Amino acid sequence: MDAIVIGPRNRLIAALRADRGGKVFLAVLAVTGVLVPLLNLALPESSSLHLSSYTVTLLGKYMTYAMLAIAVDLIWGYCGILSLGHGAFFALGGYAMGMYLMRQIGTRGVYGDPVLPDFMVFLNWKELPWFWHGFNHFAFAALMIVLVPGLLALVFGFLAFRSRVSGVYLSIITQALTYALMLAFFRNDMGFGGNNGFTDFKDILGFGLQAPGTRMALFLVTVLALGGSYLLCRYIVASRAGRVIAAVRDAESRARFIGYKVESYKLWVFVFSAVLAGIAGALYVPQVGIINPGEFSPANSIEIVIWVAIGGRGTLYGAVVGAVLVNYAKTYFTAALPSMWLYALGALFVLVPLFLPQGVVGAVTQLRARMIGATT
Amino acid sequence: MTPVGAAFFSGSAFGTGIAYSDHMPMRLPTLHLIAAAVVWLLACLAPAAMAASTAQVATPAAATPQAASQLPQLLQQLPEASYADKQALIKQLTDTHDPRVRAVLNALLEGNLYARSSDSQVFIAQADGDNLALTDPLTGAAAGSASADGFAKIGVNNQLRKALHVALAQFDLSSPEAGARREAVREMLRAVDAQTVLALRARLAEEHDKGVRAEIRDGLALADLDSGDADTRLAAVKTLAGSLNLDVYTRLTSMVEQASDGSYGESDARVRAAAAASIRAINRWRIFYAGIQTLMFGLSQGSVLVLAAIGLAITFGVMGVINMAHGELMMLGAYTTYVVQLLMPQHIGASIVVALPAAFLVSGLAGIAIERTIVRHLYGRPLETLLATFGLSLVLQQAVRDIFSANNRPVQSPEWISGELQINEALSITYNRLYIIVFTFVLFLVLLQVLKRTRLGLEVRAVSQNRAMAKAMGIRTEWVDALTFGLGSGIAGVAGVALSQLTNVGPNLGQSYIVDSFMVVVFGGVGNLWGTELGGNALGIVNKLLEPYSGAVLAKIFVLVFLILFIQRRPRGLFPQKGRAAEG
Repeated sequence: MDAIVIGPRNRLIAALRADRGGKVFLAVLAVTGVLVPLLNLALPESSSLHLSSYTVTLLGKYMTYAMLAIAVDLIWGYCGILSLGHGAFFALGGYAMGMYLMRQIGTRGVYGDPVLPDFMVFLNWKELPWFWHGFNHFAFAALMIVLVPGLLALVFGFLAFRSRVSGVYLSIITQALTYALMLAFFRNDMGFGGNNGFTDFKDILGFGLQAPGTRMALFLVTVLALGGSYLLCRYIVASRAGRVIAAVRDAESRARFIGYKVESYKLWVFVFSAVLAGIAGALYVPQVGIINPGEFSPANSIEIVIWVAIGGRGTLYGAVVGAVLVNYAKTYFTAALPSMWLYALGALFVLVPLFLPQGVVGAVTQLRARMIGATT
Repeated sequence: MTPVGAAFFSGSAFGTGIAYSDHMPMRLPTLHLIAAAVVWLLACLAPAAMAASTAQVATPAAATPQAASQLPQLLQQLPEASYADKQALIKQLTDTHDPRVRAVLNALLEGNLYARSSDSQVFIAQADGDNLALTDPLTGAAAGSASADGFAKIGVNNQLRKALHVALAQFDLSSPEAGARREAVREMLRAVDAQTVLALRARLAEEHDKGVRAEIRDGLALADLDSGDADTRLAAVKTLAGSLNLDVYTRLTSMVEQASDGSYGESDARVRAAAAASIRAINRWRIFYAGIQTLMFGLSQGSVLVLAAIGLAITFGVMGVINMAHGELMMLGAYTTYVVQLLMPQHIGASIVVALPAAFLVSGLAGIAIERTIVRHLYGRPLETLLATFGLSLVLQQAVRDIFSANNRPVQSPEWISGELQINEALSITYNRLYIIVFTFVLFLVLLQVLKRTRLGLEVRAVSQNRAMAKAMGIRTEWVDALTFGLGSGIAGVAGVALSQLTNVGPNLGQSYIVDSFMVVVFGGVGNLWGTELGGNALGIVNKLLEPYSGAVLAKIFVLVFLILFIQRRPRGLFPQKGRAAEG
């Protein structure tokens, strides 16, 4: 992260100075990053301020969602590409991490096979499929977490943007992409565990996943990754390229006629966003402890877009606000009023575009502006 | 807010599919609607007509009075007879051609024929606890109930059972039902002897039904294959060239196969060559019929796709509204069918006919409500529309889950939809597949006519081509928007009724079609009904062609990937719009 900040440090600082919401977000994130370990590890469990490991994991999950939301906001809010398939990149990153975690189980699985994961033994497979090789090394898995979503986005985006598929059509084919992947991953023959996916992970890099220390480390890594992706995205949108990207969103033909290679800009933003989503997925899986093809379902991808819309698109921090708000509400409602949750979620989808076109963040900004206007 | 005719909307105005005609016959629409309704009614009535035509009435065998008088006497002998005697008796009974004999033989076969110990009188009896419910075989009338102790079952052995099967088949050979006669022929052909050959030949002379005739001819030819005379065999082999019967195929194959000692199943080389030719001919037909079968499967699957997409072709294709709740409008239609069946449990057959307009109304009104409250505030903002309608779909699903429970609801199929149309041995089509194809096509034609010939259709096209101009001409564009959306939604409801006959009716019914239906509309070319119809059917056929090689799920994945790539090549679909409306 340092390498990025050092060179164009001034520009990033300048961008951040103007980014009031971003500063608030980063401050809150930093405070969370300090407070949560203290409350979880330093305080005894009897203390009323003690944070349970469950809460830590939950917060970690929200953060990975927030990262995913930032990735979507980058392409939707700033480049005007509404991807209804970003869940696919998230899930692919998650599956890459899941494959590494599966290989780490080793002989501790139900069938105790040193090489084959349980589901393969169950399906009577004799050897590891070729695409599973290498996943016993963390470095290789980490590479795949970036490469697989990135490559898919590169190929898909290259084809789509070159032939100028845009707007709703792009949304529909991204949806078809994630749908096709979902169907594929549901098949047992694919070698990804069919509809059960991967679960029962034991440890990561030699540390037990159930240990509070490991959980805290994962949480802190997620905090850093979220902060890092925010800064990176902020840097991108504040850069010259970022302004071209916004121009593409606002008047694609004009940007093209002025001489910018619209397709290249779109493609690189799309790929970057997909990689970000993949990393978020990879952080999600060890914390939640399961990955299955349901993550590919088109409804999931639409939900991500909703987080961004509710938070306020085109602000980056708004995406974080939306992701955390909606998911907190989801956790609360599914426990308290399970049948109400879908009504509430559905109503949010309907009402936000109608009454809060700029999202929560936009509404707050408007309110502040009105108050300032009233006082002066 | 941008005017509705802005960038996105104008991009999806009318295409070549719905041709614009200069003179609009304003009074004709009713006529066309009536014509469409007649077509639809005909489609509904077709099964009844088919059923009637297959049931050709043949001359029933009349019992001669002299033969009739033999019956009591023959029955009297049955309890005391040995197995060998029984065989002779069965033969004599059959030869009486008395219609009452069939019930007796059947009862004998099933072990329901008893003799009263006291006077050896024979009864057909059903065990009813310790008692027997008796029927007099001579009068066919119930003869009360009696304790089983006073009766002895008239026993049969395997040989007799075989004879009984043949005898029963001979009886059915003169049945007025073509289907029963066909079954009888098949039964008799299982054990061919000189006598059955004679019976079949006699029947062939007076048989009118084509199917039964072919069946008899094949059977006799099969029997001839055992003949010692090579010419008879040759003629038989040639006769069998047109048969699709599996027995015939295995028999012919065994004739040309070479055994390990070098001898053939058939000794005569001429007959062998003819048999090989017949096998080739049969294979050609089999491939041909298998192709038709695949085509029909593909068409019916394609029709399901078209059904799911055709309402969307209006709301998305013509109006440009991304309605993610489209699937839920179909779900409403399916649930309407369920409710209609609850209201009229005695008339399941008619329930579908009632459900069609009911579902159109329910979904159509729901659609108008959606348009008035949500969609109209979001015109020109397709992505926001997408989100809002997706939210709506969640609400509708949950509402259905709360009202009807999360489990699938049982929707019954009327009798006239179940069953299959057996065209020949190699080709049969289930009625529901046939109906779905016809129904979809009729729906498509009706919709096409509505858009092309009615006042509403004219206004819809006017508004989608140039909203401001249409408004200036005095068209109430707001109303047209609401009605168009209502029309598309109503069609979705009608599609839901059809889907209720094919898949499970549950809260997730709509969700499973949403990706497919959008793909079909985009594939066919937005704003083009013909594109949706042809595109959907093409995708269905491709899917079914792939299935044997890849399995159902993989075929679906291939089709999706193909679609994604296709849209890259031709972003405007199969039949892109031409002219000014296309630039947007």
